[in-house]
Amino acid sequence: MRFSTSLRELIGKRDFYAGGLMLLLGLGIALKGSTYRAGTLMHMGPGFLPTALGIILVLLGIAIAAAGLASEPDDHAQIGGHGGHGQSILPEHPQWWAWFCILMSPVAFIFFGRYFGMAPGTFACVFIAALGDKTSSWKGTIILASIVTVFGVSLFSYFLQVPMPIFTWRGEL
Amino acid sequence: MIEAALSGLWYGFGVAFEPHNIMWCFVGVLVGNMVGVLPGMGPLATISILLPLTFGMKPVGAILMLGGVMYGAQYGGAICSILLNLPCHPPHAVTCLDGFPMTKQGRGGVALGLTVFASFVGASWGITEMIFLSPILVKVALQFGPAEVCSLMLLGLLAGSTLARGSPVKGVAMTVLGLFLGSVGTDLETGSERYTFGMTELDDGIELIALALGLFGIAEFMNSVNQVAPINTKYTNVGIRDMRPTKADMKRAFFPMWRGTIVGSLCALIPGTGPTIASFVAYATEKKISRHPEKFGTGLIEGVVCPEASTHSSVQGDFIPTMSLGIPGDAVMALLLGALMIQGIVPGPQLISQHPDIFWGLVASFWIGNIMLVLLNVPLIGVWVKMLAIPYRFLYPSAMFFVCIGVYAANNDFFQVGEVAVIGLFGYILLRLGFHPAPILLGFVLGPRFEENFRRAMLISRGDILVFVERPISAVFVALCAILIGSQIYFRLRGAKADLEPAAENAVSSDVPTELAAQRVQTTPAE
Repeated sequence: MRFSTSLRELIGKRDFYAGGLMLLLGLGIALKGSTYRAGTLMHMGPGFLPTALGIILVLLGIAIAAAGLASEPDDHAQIGGHGGHGQSILPEHPQWWAWFCILMSPVAFIFFGRYFGMAPGTFACVFIAALGDKTSSWKGTIILASIVTVFGVSLFSYFLQVPMPIFTWRGEL
Repeated sequence: MIEAALSGLWYGFGVAFEPHNIMWCFVGVLVGNMVGVLPGMGPLATISILLPLTFGMKPVGAILMLGGVMYGAQYGGAICSILLNLPCHPPHAVTCLDGFPMTKQGRGGVALGLTVFASFVGASWGITEMIFLSPILVKVALQFGPAEVCSLMLLGLLAGSTLARGSPVKGVAMTVLGLFLGSVGTDLETGSERYTFGMTELDDGIELIALALGLFGIAEFMNSVNQVAPINTKYTNVGIRDMRPTKADMKRAFFPMWRGTIVGSLCALIPGTGPTIASFVAYATEKKISRHPEKFGTGLIEGVVCPEASTHSSVQGDFIPTMSLGIPGDAVMALLLGALMIQGIVPGPQLISQHPDIFWGLVASFWIGNIMLVLLNVPLIGVWVKMLAIPYRFLYPSAMFFVCIGVYAANNDFFQVGEVAVIGLFGYILLRLGFHPAPILLGFVLGPRFEENFRRAMLISRGDILVFVERPISAVFVALCAILIGSQIYFRLRGAKADLEPAAENAVSSDVPTELAAQRVQTTPAE
């Protein structure tokens, strides 16, 4: 383990963050797990396995981060890990707007689906997701959303009998 | 033994030929093939999106359809990789090496025709293997106590996570995370709630569909949106007539096809080595024994049929441990097993005797489905080729709708729709950090059963952890685990992992982070 790594190199090391995330997750799991009854090996309580998994995850996280720190950037091809070293975490062209649209699409489905019914929910879901593409136009997006709505509602509401009203007004399910 | 297997098969054909079952099988292969052709939709995404459609169905119909979707998507993926040079699904990465040059020489149709044929041969061999090996394996597995089951699961999980793509340590971390996610919800034995943070919706645990659609749907869309290069449809003008191979082609393809089949079936027997490794190994072997290895990569028919036959033979072979032991080898199998569990069927060695209609019906439907695919692919090739041109900007919003409604339909609850969005974001972060999320699913599906068997083994042994090495069968599994880990460390220290996939060195990076990222690497139109 060399500690001579400068801060700048560290920032480029994706494996360092990957390991760090696993370490934090494992720590959280283990700490929360320790609040459940662990029991003995013979009569295991609900907390035993999750806590053990959390501890293993912490160890794996340390191993990943340490490997990320210790390896030279040019080992990348040899080790064969796609999670290369010296790679940025963000892709070359970050798509914040598209990511936002994709994640908002289920939220729109929940909101419109719950208060206005399946058809508006479907339309909003597809419409918002489609806005994320940089070549999309308003017209094309509306047409796509309408087609999917007609097709989707007939498939899921009529054929598969999903119990969700097609139209409703501030309906509580 | 053989008679029992054959009579089982006979019974299976009876089940599979029931009108509604054969219809679902047809729907499965048709939709699977259709969606598999679409660039960027692999079997995992396809099965997860179609899983909610099977909720209202009987278990036999549901599993027949999902099985059909799986191998249908594999056939479709071959079309995509040969005509467009886009490996939509990692096993097809090698097929591109010789398939696309053939397309450029105007022989894409021949490559497709022989691929369909080779896939059928490979699949048939895999199915035969399944018919005869599964009952034997079941006989052995029925002797297993909780300790053996536990160490076998451990072996399966380790193999599935370390032999798959990417860094083994990261793979194991993903498996552990999956095991943990499987423990969220009400503890089966004590009834206490774990990691629900007061949300009653989580009492039944995390929804399998939400997990699968989040990891392989939403995370994948976030990874691919606006990153997909426009597709080069210059060479996709292929009709039925072009698919007919000449006699010389047939002759040249015959032996590579069988060699690929054998390699694939051998790979299927080693737990954790799925179709991807099988296709790479098959291609490498073919290149090694060829008299003119330097010509590989310039459009040799051998380089197309061999990996394709091997992929299909190994995919069918992967069903053996999944159905007879209840231990899936990769994420696709885990998803199918999860689908069975949603239908209320307990996987494990007792499955074949308790639900013979499912097992034998599935085996028989493989054959029917594969014949359907041959018949479908030949006349419909023109339609598939047109589907290749559907732009991504129409695909992913429509898929988002299927994700949302599918997750909703699982429980008729909007909570799961929010869950899928959160899992999707988390999955994308994992992807960017260089993790492959597939082992999460493996751990998630096996998690509850692993915990149950571990507890039982500990109870029987009165808390003695040494029981795992004291019982002989279990000790063998534990030793195999140790060998697996030891060899990984050994190869890692020598930096020789590349030896495992020699074919990968030349042109394709075997470590494609996601199905679509492969596309980005590959989309360099040669002109």
